[in-house]
Amino acid sequence: MAVITDEPKAGFRLSMLIYDTRYRSITIQFVVLLLVMAGAAWLIDNLLRNLAALGRGVDFSFLSARAGYDINQTLVEYTNDSTHARAWLIGLLNTLLIAFLGCIAATVLGVIAGVLRLSNNWVVGRLMTVYVEIFRNIPLLLWILMIYAIFTEVLPAPNAFRGEDATSTMSLFGTTAFTNRYTAIPWVIFDNSLGWLNLGFIQISIDFTLVVAAIVGGFFLNRALIARANRIQEATGDRPATWWQSLLALFGPIIAVFVLLGGHFEVPELRGFNFTGGLQVSNSLVALWLALTLYTGAFIAEIVRGGINAISRGQTEAAYALGLRPNRTMNLVILPQALRVIIPPLISQYLNLTKNSSLAIAVGYMDVRGTLGGITLNQTGRGLEAMLLLMLTYLCVSLTISAVMNVYNRSVKLKER
Amino acid sequence: MKKSVFLGTLAATTLFAGIAAAQSTLETVKARGELNCGVNTGLVGFAAPDANGNWQGFDVAVCKAVAAAVLGDASKVVYIPTTSADRFEQLTSGKIDFLVRNSTWTYSRDNDLKMDFVGVNYYDGQGFMVRKDLGVSSAKELDGATVCIQTGTTTELNLADYFKANNMTYTAVPVETNAEGEQQYIAGACDAYTTDASGLAATRAAFADPENHIILPEIISKEPLGPAVRHGDNQWGDIIRWTLNALIAAEEYGVTSANIDELATSSQNPEVQRLLGSSDDLGAMMGLDKEWAKRAIKASGNYGEIFEATIGSATPIGLARGLNAQWTQGGLLYAPPFR
Repeated sequence: MAVITDEPKAGFRLSMLIYDTRYRSITIQFVVLLLVMAGAAWLIDNLLRNLAALGRGVDFSFLSARAGYDINQTLVEYTNDSTHARAWLIGLLNTLLIAFLGCIAATVLGVIAGVLRLSNNWVVGRLMTVYVEIFRNIPLLLWILMIYAIFTEVLPAPNAFRGEDATSTMSLFGTTAFTNRYTAIPWVIFDNSLGWLNLGFIQISIDFTLVVAAIVGGFFLNRALIARANRIQEATGDRPATWWQSLLALFGPIIAVFVLLGGHFEVPELRGFNFTGGLQVSNSLVALWLALTLYTGAFIAEIVRGGINAISRGQTEAAYALGLRPNRTMNLVILPQALRVIIPPLISQYLNLTKNSSLAIAVGYMDVRGTLGGITLNQTGRGLEAMLLLMLTYLCVSLTISAVMNVYNRSVKLKER
Repeated sequence: MKKSVFLGTLAATTLFAGIAAAQSTLETVKARGELNCGVNTGLVGFAAPDANGNWQGFDVAVCKAVAAAVLGDASKVVYIPTTSADRFEQLTSGKIDFLVRNSTWTYSRDNDLKMDFVGVNYYDGQGFMVRKDLGVSSAKELDGATVCIQTGTTTELNLADYFKANNMTYTAVPVETNAEGEQQYIAGACDAYTTDASGLAATRAAFADPENHIILPEIISKEPLGPAVRHGDNQWGDIIRWTLNALIAAEEYGVTSANIDELATSSQNPEVQRLLGSSDDLGAMMGLDKEWAKRAIKASGNYGEIFEATIGSATPIGLARGLNAQWTQGGLLYAPPFR
């Protein structure tokens, strides 16, 4: 019996693009892609044409022009003689600052609230439910305005601290003044300052860099110490006492830097209209930070609760059977496993928080939306260009956060071998 | 919020600008039967809705005069409130037909933003308002002060320049609208509030205790406020310019809303006859009928009448004529001849 092998003809006919199931899906995708691109091209072309007809082509040269306006919170040097590009940078740094502070505080709050919501203590559990439901069901903008309004209306003006019969006094042993504009807190001053490191476009304080390096270095030193203690414990069964080494590692470097640079605290003082000296943390920053933290914290609490609930009850029971206390069960058994479920949605919350920080304009906090997308846009009238740059800025910031968090996610996710 | 406004205008520009450009603004307005007038979101005396929701004010009167001249009915106006941030986009995108919103005429706005300022309806300058108990009598004493300021305005740049020139420092509290600035200032979140002196007077008039606040004598900038139109439609620009001039000229020649009908028939002054359309037909030269100016003046009176009724010394705002008096009275108002 001969087997007839029916070799398909090698020829390719155009009609196969539609009738051959091997090619059809590719054809359809290709056509749809073409249509989408043509649609986008038509919209952009139409926009450019109409802008040209109005005599307003796309032009980014305004970025190198003198900005001419002042910004009330500048992390690096800026004057009104700086360029619009510089104002953009100042705004971006302010955005990053609020996003960084917000993400940390919201995570701490969210984890605590999420765990407590599962508490067996009825009052604590219900309180957390009330917190979560109130904060995630009222728009963020209202919270920001509400908190800011409370600061403005309730706290005293700097004037109230003046004179013999002052109606307000400084809190915390006379070091801190809560006013309706800012909170004036003592701030460190270095007598033997090492000056500034010029990086071309920004200047970085060497003192500040050293302090950060000391903190980060101490942190890693401490981790190494604990890892070493763990190794010894696993090898010998005895855990060496590490508390004094940890204290030394964490605080030694920072104290050393402090003493070497001749650091001391400067207490704010009322002079003229306002407090001078120390550090003035503006109410807009605090109000925005609080609102973003409370709002995003409520969402994170739900994510944490969901993550913990996703871990089977058997894990807890097994841990109890081994004699672990509830506290350690949560920290050593449940949370590490729950992290796998928690991290991916947590990334979205970080991105949300960063983008929501653009509501800063409501309380006059000069983030990138306020400088580039606010004052620069208004003063130059370059709406399209400023908005494009702004979108690009947020896109880059979000993608960076997302990339960093994905690295972390890879380290905690289930290792499949 | 601003972003959505922007995207809205962007979409509008994208889809409709080509169509809108084909027709002149005059034809568009006539076909629509209504005038889209861009005004302030609410500044008492200049443009603000009254207790019944009807827009009233000095700027609003210009809208009414133009509507009366072009459409024959001063009530055919749609008032579109614009913020200091989105007003120019609203104009260039065609959402409003013209803008009369305490906007300062500057070189870059006139040229770079592709708008045409067609005249000045109020000569203003930037000033400061402070609480009396602060003990400040001059802007030069404001070193270290916290100042509330509307973002996106020329005042922001003037303020930076002024403090720099006088070697002083300040902290800015940026606010979006006049109402927000008022609230911050009253709560004491800023020592001084700065904007155009007329705006300060209008804001102070709305306070519960206006006597406890003073406007400092320094005027730190020139702020000629006037109506603006899109660049390129000269006919429409002429209509706004000459409607404003008609109001000013009417005051100069003593034409008021009370005696206008009488003067239209009996006046022996050839300039008045031309203005009111009782002799030559000036209106046809810019696409309107003979009695356009007569209707414009009738809408809310001549310039002086409008001034006194909305922001003058008899009103809570209590502004003196100052620079805004006729040239014959030592002011800057000077309408070119109607001939």
